[in-house]
Amino acid sequence: MSQPSASLRPTAPRPRPTRPRRLARVLLGAAVVALIALPARSVSLVADLSSYLVAITTGFSGEDVLFFGAVDGPGDIVVVLRGPDGEQQVLRKSRVAGIWMNTARMTFEQVPSFYAVAATRPIAEIADQTVLRSLEIGLPNLKLALPAALASSNIAEQWRAALIRNKQDEGLFAHELAKVTLRDDRLFRTSFYLPPNVPVGYYQAQVYLFRGGQAVSAQTIPLSVSKVGLEADVYLFAHTRPSIYGLVAVAFALLAGWVAHAAFRRN
Amino acid sequence: MQVYLPIAELSVDVFLLLGLGGLIGFLSGLFGVGGGFLMTPLLIFIGVPPAIAVATQSTHVVASSVSGVLAHWKRGNVDVKMGAILLGGGFVGSTLGVGLFTVLRSIGQIDLVISLSYVVLLGTLGVMLMLEGARAMMRRRSQSRPGKLHSHNWAHGLPLKTRFRKSRLYISALVPLAIGFGVGMISSLMGVGGGFILVPLMIYVLGMPTSVVIGTSLFQIIFVSANVSFLQASQNQAVDLVLALLLVAGGVIGAQFGGRLGAKLPGEMLRLLLGLLILCVGAKLLIDLLVPPEDIYSLGLS
Repeated sequence: MSQPSASLRPTAPRPRPTRPRRLARVLLGAAVVALIALPARSVSLVADLSSYLVAITTGFSGEDVLFFGAVDGPGDIVVVLRGPDGEQQVLRKSRVAGIWMNTARMTFEQVPSFYAVAATRPIAEIADQTVLRSLEIGLPNLKLALPAALASSNIAEQWRAALIRNKQDEGLFAHELAKVTLRDDRLFRTSFYLPPNVPVGYYQAQVYLFRGGQAVSAQTIPLSVSKVGLEADVYLFAHTRPSIYGLVAVAFALLAGWVAHAAFRRN
Repeated sequence: MQVYLPIAELSVDVFLLLGLGGLIGFLSGLFGVGGGFLMTPLLIFIGVPPAIAVATQSTHVVASSVSGVLAHWKRGNVDVKMGAILLGGGFVGSTLGVGLFTVLRSIGQIDLVISLSYVVLLGTLGVMLMLEGARAMMRRRSQSRPGKLHSHNWAHGLPLKTRFRKSRLYISALVPLAIGFGVGMISSLMGVGGGFILVPLMIYVLGMPTSVVIGTSLFQIIFVSANVSFLQASQNQAVDLVLALLLVAGGVIGAQFGGRLGAKLPGEMLRLLLGLLILCVGAKLLIDLLVPPEDIYSLGLS
């Protein structure tokens, strides 16, 4: 045995769970207690997540956000995580004199900066199109319309598909439905991966409990993705005091050049 | 070890950036060039948005020019008067250039303009350097033939004639002003110091003696690039200081090694190698423009 100390302890036969997992267990326990204590009719869904803040620090290289909770009986769980909405320009290239250049562009007005869905089953089996569309569950049901005056419907569809495809390539729209695991029709958990290029802002997670094709209970959980520490300071500085930031950049460069010269003067 | 670049909003390996800075520093020490024209394309290749690459690179140029000019200043190889006039044109050119940059960025054409400018400049420069290197190598094998000290051309017929004592010239101030303007414009659009365009122009068009050319061009590059850096930061918020810091740190060390090796190799061979390198980078950029893209749609500003 390479780790005799571990084998001596009968209570730790398996590797210890990672920190978010342990945290999840504790919180999950608390959620179950709360659910049992309350009258079943008023609350049928309790959900929470591992951390309300995703901190983008110097070493940030993506992070998993864990969602978990409890329900009071059988049903389907759907979790939708979306980043703040904003304008998004899409460009189209065509060949001009042999060179591929952007020749057309469209601006979508309300595009979530991040979008991912997790569910216990394929969403089409959980509810019908109308319900999914009204709740904007699933990429095809996301409201991403171009102003009607700008494009006919089939052209608009191409731009919309291009927008989704490109956001997927950047890892900001999920390619696939994530899996929600539901245990004993009671406890559920799922996780979303936020890539290193995840946009900052206030995210919202909608957790739905579906029964018989209808959302019978829902809960909204906020999640903040923000730069903290040096990254936040630099970014904020660059955007709120651009002129001073510019002067600092120049001063830094002058100083760095002088230091370089001084350090290697002997050569 | 990954580092998150706050302005580029990108997570990159620290050692990749230090290595890149070191490599370009090495090449710039080896060939005696600023290296900006190689650094910007390489940053774009590793995924830094072109606009951020160009803007940040101008900060890097300031740092490397300062360390370069100090050595020349001590030896008295800077024609301050010529530098100041070039700078006057450079300020106007670079300020207009950054304005143009902002407009191009908002209409989604900045990437194309940056790539095209690089293809044209690197292509021309690479061919010129290789031809000159090859010619010099052949000439050395046959017989060396001294050229004229300097020739009179159209530039001598313009008004506003000014005496440049250090450069031993009496020419119209309009010519360096125009050169400064053009190079300033290129500098802001491409994130380069522009030494590789400025130096040949100073030698062949202005007729300046080679001894003061490098020092004077570095002198004006510092100020023009500082202006570009400042404007890129204040107008476009496109200067990434974390990226600049890593590139400068790598570059400083690389340049020392490059300089030592460069002193040992013959000049013609260096020019031939540099020409080849420049052509390769230019060719890669050109191919990227010509090959049909995987997806004709892309995301613009958000």
